Amino acid sequence: MTSALTLTRTTIGQKVVVAVTGLILFGFVIGHFLGNLILFVGPEAFIDYGWTLKHNPPLLWGTRITLLVAVVTHIGLTMSLARRNASARPSRYKKAREDQVTSYAARTMVISGPLLAGYILFHIAHFTAPGLAFGGAEFDHVNIYANVVSSFNVWWVAAIYVFANAMLGLHLFHGAWSALQSVGAQHPRYDSIRRNLAIGLAVMVAGGNMMIPLAVRGGLVGDAEQLRAAAEHAEELRAEAGMLTGDHDDVSGEELE
Amino acid sequence: MSDDTIDLKLFVWRQEGPDAPGDFQDYSKYAKGVSTHASFLEMLDLVNERMSADGERPIVFDHDCREGICGCCGAVINGIPHGPQKQTTTCQLHMRQFENGAEIYVEPFRAGAFPIVKDLMVDRSSFDDIIQAGGFISVRTGSAPDANEIPIPKESADASMDAATCIGCGACVAACPNASASLFTAAKLAHLNMLPQGQAERYKRTRLMIQAHDDAGFGGCTNHRECEAACPKGISTDFIARANRDLLVATVTGKDGRLV
Amino acid sequence: MTLKSNAPTGDIEKRWDKHRFDMKLVNPANKRKFDVIVVGTGLAGASAAATMAELGYNIKAFCYQDSPRRAHSIAAQGGINAAKNYQNDGDSVYRLFYDTVKGGDFRSRESNVYRLAQVSVNIIDQAVAQGVPFAREYGGLLANRSFGGAQVSRTFYAKGQTGQQLLLGAYSALSKMIAAGKVEMYTRHEMLELIVEDGRARGIVVRDLNTGKLEAHTADAVCLCTGGYGNVFYLSTNAKGCNVTASWRAHKQGAYFANPCYTQIHPTCIPPSGDYQSKLTLMSESLRNDGRVWVPKDPKDATKDPTSISEKDRDYYLERRYPAFGNLVPRDIASRAAKKACDDGFGVGPMVGGKRTGVYLDFADAIKRESKERILEKYGNLFEMYERITGDDPCETPMRIYPASHYTMGGLWVDYNLMSNVDGLFVLGEANFSDHGANRLGASALMQGLSDGYFVISYSMGNYLARVGKNDIKADSSAAKGAVKAVEKRISDLIEIGQKGSTHPDEFHRKLGTLMYDYCGMSRNADGLKKALEEIPTLREQFWDDVQILGSGTELNMMLEKAGRVADFLELAELMCHDALDRDESCGAHFREEHVREDGEAKRNDEDYTYVAAWEHSGDHANPKLHKESLEFEYVKLSQRSYK
Repeated sequence: MTSALTLTRTTIGQKVVVAVTGLILFGFVIGHFLGNLILFVGPEAFIDYGWTLKHNPPLLWGTRITLLVAVVTHIGLTMSLARRNASARPSRYKKAREDQVTSYAARTMVISGPLLAGYILFHIAHFTAPGLAFGGAEFDHVNIYANVVSSFNVWWVAAIYVFANAMLGLHLFHGAWSALQSVGAQHPRYDSIRRNLAIGLAVMVAGGNMMIPLAVRGGLVGDAEQLRAAAEHAEELRAEAGMLTGDHDDVSGEELE
Repeated sequence: MSDDTIDLKLFVWRQEGPDAPGDFQDYSKYAKGVSTHASFLEMLDLVNERMSADGERPIVFDHDCREGICGCCGAVINGIPHGPQKQTTTCQLHMRQFENGAEIYVEPFRAGAFPIVKDLMVDRSSFDDIIQAGGFISVRTGSAPDANEIPIPKESADASMDAATCIGCGACVAACPNASASLFTAAKLAHLNMLPQGQAERYKRTRLMIQAHDDAGFGGCTNHRECEAACPKGISTDFIARANRDLLVATVTGKDGRLV
Repeated sequence: MTLKSNAPTGDIEKRWDKHRFDMKLVNPANKRKFDVIVVGTGLAGASAAATMAELGYNIKAFCYQDSPRRAHSIAAQGGINAAKNYQNDGDSVYRLFYDTVKGGDFRSRESNVYRLAQVSVNIIDQAVAQGVPFAREYGGLLANRSFGGAQVSRTFYAKGQTGQQLLLGAYSALSKMIAAGKVEMYTRHEMLELIVEDGRARGIVVRDLNTGKLEAHTADAVCLCTGGYGNVFYLSTNAKGCNVTASWRAHKQGAYFANPCYTQIHPTCIPPSGDYQSKLTLMSESLRNDGRVWVPKDPKDATKDPTSISEKDRDYYLERRYPAFGNLVPRDIASRAAKKACDDGFGVGPMVGGKRTGVYLDFADAIKRESKERILEKYGNLFEMYERITGDDPCETPMRIYPASHYTMGGLWVDYNLMSNVDGLFVLGEANFSDHGANRLGASALMQGLSDGYFVISYSMGNYLARVGKNDIKADSSAAKGAVKAVEKRISDLIEIGQKGSTHPDEFHRKLGTLMYDYCGMSRNADGLKKALEEIPTLREQFWDDVQILGSGTELNMMLEKAGRVADFLELAELMCHDALDRDESCGAHFREEHVREDGEAKRNDEDYTYVAAWEHSGDHANPKLHKESLEFEYVKLSQRSYK
């Protein structure tokens, strides 16, 4: 622990921690993305996926706690570094300093970061915590398929997700490349591979995630038949689990009748 | 070789001292008929001589060897440290790189750790502080073994040389959006850490020099690689990754008792 | 005063060992009681400061740059000699000694040179241990090259930046001792006076260049490691800040100046391109291995595209005059031949000061013979440097080169212990006169600076301090106060004249430089020297009447700094001409046109001039007084060199 504390005493040490927490978050984002893709397999599979996660408390809470710690550390140290970096040049260049090689992604990390933080809060509120629902439909803790479809039928919700994922892509690209540099996992021979890998993963995750709202808006996902299948499957699951009381009172109440 | 001359629109930063206010002054009238074969500093010499003939105080700028090796000179020219030509110090930049009528803004390297001494001259003693923290191999005069006692693979010697070629001018700091001296520090670390002779103090050196870097008030690295682009010797940011790695090892294994 | 070299006698191989044994030692516990001042932080200064601090002495080190790492030793490109014989090609300490004495044209002290050759091997060990990344072979052992026409490969190098790497090594050792609190480092401080009390050097007066504040620093001994005076020629390969002021102040305080006329000119520099030219850039001499030197036979072709001039209209003058060595004749011969070609009106390139000062160095044949790739492999970085400065690509059009002042063999007189005739004033590196005689071999400057700093001063300083013992002098003693007053007066005089004056200090410097290149440059004659001795005082008078200095003495003032340095160059220049006139022979880099062999080579006069000319300052308006230290050659037989 003392070592870990020491690590945060230097800017490089702080960067290493930012990088490691970033890589943890990156790992989660990839996992999350793969989970999202199940949506395209079909309503049943997607609902099963959500059901499984939800009924595995160690996994669920383990992940949540890890993510919380990672996010808080990532943001906290980044802010401290950003403050420090800003104060390292108290008088600015009067004729603007000209960037020669840095990327748009790198320069906008300080913008994409806070935007993503806001987006994450929105996303959690939207799909998990209090279960805000958009588009008139009721929020359903089992039928997450319906949640997704009804939300993205609201144009501005879809727009937020598309935009946020573009930000995510930029953040991931510079983050992944940069994190490896920060922890020293670097060798000239593999430099281009590292860069291409970062670009590839970022495009894959961001692009894949964006496909979901776009697919809903485009009618590829969430037609009436699929929604019916989703609703039926959700009922089956509830019945199977004997979840007649439980976390979804309204529905269970109806069923009792 | 032709005898072309150009007229410039020249604006130079003037500042009396570290805390005095500063501003760009228009010296275009002194920057006419400049030979394209003159170096940038010779252009400033010429402007200075013409200014003093008018009784105006000459522009203060640091310079010495004028062959790109001492690391004294350096100014930010149109937003780029050492100007537009790649891998070229200000003293080696020649006026043929500019068009007739070009607008040129010259200002000092700006960083909290490089206080302005006067006009374009800055105080870079923070670099010396970083070296003093550990940028050496402790070997008393006379205690060295025979030079060929330890064979060093050519690749290691060459890589070390690539890092050691740093001239300590500070352009990396000037170019960095965070005014970080990571490239300077990492280059010195790599120079010594990549050689067998440097192993004994490797992790201690890494930790102490990086600590000294931070203590001097430089920013941290956020991997923009602007330093590499501005470096007149083209030193690679790969060395920064290497320094990071060494710091990580030093911290995790606690090979130096001082900070753990 | 008689000059005592204090050089040991007897078997030359054992002299240094014997001398070391004979020297007094300072008790380890007493070393920390002694203070030593080191001025200059180049190879000699940084290594001396670090080494003496390691021994326990308290060091105050001074440099005018903003960091000790920027001293001009950093610009040395080629390499450093050492008699390691790693190549098994017949090198030895004795051979390096022999080559150096012969290269110096028999005007150096055998004992000193032998010691230099001896410790050369330790320098390489020391530098490698410090982490100097010398070039290596694939097997991991050190690589060598032959340099400057040497018959053996004894030169160690780190790309084309050997001086930089060696200086960074010495600077790192110095930094360590600064961190340890044993060295107090004063950057951006210029030495302006030597404090002498009871015949002993006891300190210096420095000016803080950032604030203009004058300070007296006192100590038990002073080491000047302030480099050479090549900038007396205005255009030289030296850094712009290089100056003679520290040495000259010491000279005026009584230290003898030895052999000031021995100045080395380097043949392959990039010629001036206009009147604004501020310095000249040296390119490695290795270029002459493949380049052919020529000028057009007809001066009218000077402005023609050189590639369009046919073979029969070119004069490959080195190949014509020296068929055996051709383009590879020694530095001084190549330099003089180039100057002659340009003086005779055959120069090429732009008109600068009414003359075309350049000759072609042509790689067309080498490219045809070996391919462009091969040539670029060898000289790529030099070609790039040339193109950056001139805008011409040497693969397409011949390079233009011209000789430039590069190194000064002369300097303050020192004995075998590196101490001048002023007690307690030591002089190291290029600032002293000791080891190179009338000419310096390539890759020997770095060797001498480090030899003095790492391996000689550590012993001789102890010997001196043990002899004189500890007795304090305060910074407010009358000698120190007097010295500060003298500097104050000098500065206020300059400022007073400078406020009314109208001529920029650089303008005087340029005029002096032209004069010196013409009359006391790579070839000299009695008439020219006499003329220079008339013109220099006139120029000096004009300077003290009309030099322009804006601003005051109590602030950062680069015009004042410059004027002070030019003022000293104006005095030194006169001494150089006196020395060149007195030395009525040709030797090494000192070429008197009156003394030429039938084959056009320098003709020494060993009977009358086998001595070191050590000049004593005898007042501002009096002729300097000559003291002679005669030189004995017991080991290397006096002979004339021949490169025909």
